[in-house]
Formats: sequence, structure tokens, C-alpha cells
Amino acid sequence: MQYQISSTFSSNPQSLFSLVDMAEVLRPEMLDISNDTSSLASSQELLHVLAVDDSMVDRKFIERLLRVSSCKVTVVDSATRALQYLGLDGENGSVGFEDLKINLIMTDYSMPGMTGYELLKKIKESSIFREIPVVIMSSENILPRIDRCLEEGAEDFLLKPVKLADVKRLRDSLMKAEERAFKNLMHKRELEANDIYSQLKRAKI
Amino acid sequence: MNTIVVGQLQRQFQDYIVSLYQQGYLDNQFTELRKLQDEGSPDFVAEVVSLFFDDCAKVINDMSTSLERPDHVDFKQVDSGVHQLKGSSSSVGARRVKNVCIAFKECCDVQNREGCLRCLQQVDYEYKMLKTKLQDLFNLEQQILQAGGTIPQVSMN
Repeated sequence: MQYQISSTFSSNPQSLFSLVDMAEVLRPEMLDISNDTSSLASSQELLHVLAVDDSMVDRKFIERLLRVSSCKVTVVDSATRALQYLGLDGENGSVGFEDLKINLIMTDYSMPGMTGYELLKKIKESSIFREIPVVIMSSENILPRIDRCLEEGAEDFLLKPVKLADVKRLRDSLMKAEERAFKNLMHKRELEANDIYSQLKRAKI
Repeated sequence: MNTIVVGQLQRQFQDYIVSLYQQGYLDNQFTELRKLQDEGSPDFVAEVVSLFFDDCAKVINDMSTSLERPDHVDFKQVDSGVHQLKGSSSSVGARRVKNVCIAFKECCDVQNREGCLRCLQQVDYEYKMLKTKLQDLFNLEQQILQAGGTIPQVSMN
């Protein structure tokens, strides 16, 4: 997209928009395009997954599954620690956690203390983290349990042992969702830029 | 590299691991574990199973304590232990251990102390047996690597 700012603008003191303001808005950085390193459309960025499981064996296993699938992994051994990590434990408020970039949370269902279901609810109650997809894992195929989790907003319910194919499928669908979100954002920026350009034209700049 | 020796070791390895599957010690999940191992993480399987065996020892010990006094059995604790063992054995492909856990859970559900004690003994036996077998398997792997060979990927169809 090329935007020509005519040199006749500078000679028109009654212009509606200052040349400086326009130049500001149309700079690529302001349009959040090329330097947006948090966007996965810049393809080399890794998905950051938070995995929660009280079983040491399962933690080691899921960590490996995720690493093999090119994800950055943080593993914790309880729902309480997960909440601490996310800053949702009421200790610190959510100050400083807005920059924490988690793309997916995978949690075991049956854990002592707080269950994965309770963790799911807490995450969905959080204004910062409610958009993050939460996947529940369980060794038991109990339909009412699955329904309850999906109703509470779980992205998916996986039976243990989790397969590499499950993780790949999750990752692919997340990447697609991020790509769509990125494209929507770009489209929105384009419309905004077009809008400004039209206003410029009308002001006969 | 002595290709004859490597070839022999690889065949030995292949036969041994196939026999473990055929005798029901291992199931497909163990194959999945092996797929996750590579040059970057050459000890992954050994590390996971080591964690599993440590888990077994601890949980079995705790359950043994809970089952000790006939008049005072904490079946909730035992049930929790069985659940944990069933989960971890399932995650590593320890088929026989897992199967004992299934029977164990049933005894627990009906609060059958005698049945639980039998299952406890059995699960202890099975995990120790598997530990020995896998140690032999890992030793074979080491021998192959030291002889300059690569470890065969074995597919069980």
C-alpha cells in the first residue's frame, strides 16, 4: 500500500490533519505490522503451553510431547501453582501478568486439592486469561465429566495417555486461530488506513 | 565398527523387545514413548520409566501401611494409590502393572482387604519384574551403541 502525501499540503494552512500526524499514523510500526513479535503469523514463534499435572511421570511425558511438537513448555504440579504462575492466586493481583504470553493450558482433571475443573473455572473468570484455551486431560472416560468441562468452556477433553497426534492437532488448530486473528487485525488496520486516506482526499490534500 | 557384532546385537534387541510385547509386559504406549526419544534426548525412555518405578515403590509402600491393620483400613488412601499407579502405568505402557491395578480397584471398591493385599503383592511383583526386563533391554541398547550401531525402531503390528 502506498500513500502519497502531496507536497501541496504544506502550503495549505487550513488543512484538517497535520502532515506530521498523518505520517505518524501511517508508519508501519503504528500499524502494528512488521514488528509484532507476539504474532504467530511470523511463523518461527513458539506456542507457550502451561501444563498442570500432579503425576511426575505424566509431567515428564507431556513436557516431552510438547517439546517434540515445537512448543515452549512450563510445567507445574498443581492447580494452585498454576494460579500462582498466572498471578491469579490473589497474592499479587494481576499486576505484571498482562505480558505473560500463554497460548494454551493443559491440565489433568483429577488432582488433589484443586481439580482441573476448578482451575478451568478460575481461568474463565479471569479477565486477562479467559481467552486462553484450556484443555482437560483425564484417564477416565466419564461422559458427564466431559460435558461439564466443555460447558464450562474447555477447548477440548483428551483421554490419557495423550497422543502425539492429539498435541499436533491442538497446535495446528491454535496456529490457525492465531493466524486468523492476525489477518483480521491486519484487515482492520487496512480499513482504518483507508478511512484516513479517504478523509485526506476529501480535505483535498 | 564390527558390523557382524552390531547385527547380532540388534537382532537380539529386536527379539527381546518383541517378546516383551508378546508376553504382555508392554503395550503400544511404550512404542509411543520410544518415538519421543532422539539424539537430543537419548535417555528419555529410561528417565520416564525410572520415575515410574520410583512412583511404584513409594505408592506401594503407602498402600501397604494403609492395609496393615485389619480393623483400620484407609480404603480411600488405597483407592487414591491405585488410581495413581493405574495412571502412570498406563502412561508408560506397563501393561501387566496396569491390569493388576484394574483388579485392585475392584477389590478396593468393595472394601475387600484380603483381595487388596493379594493385588498389592501382585503389583509389587509385576513392577519389579518389568524393572528387571527393561534394565536388560537398556543394557542391550548400550551395547549396540558402544559397538557403533544404531538402535532399531521396532514396530508392533
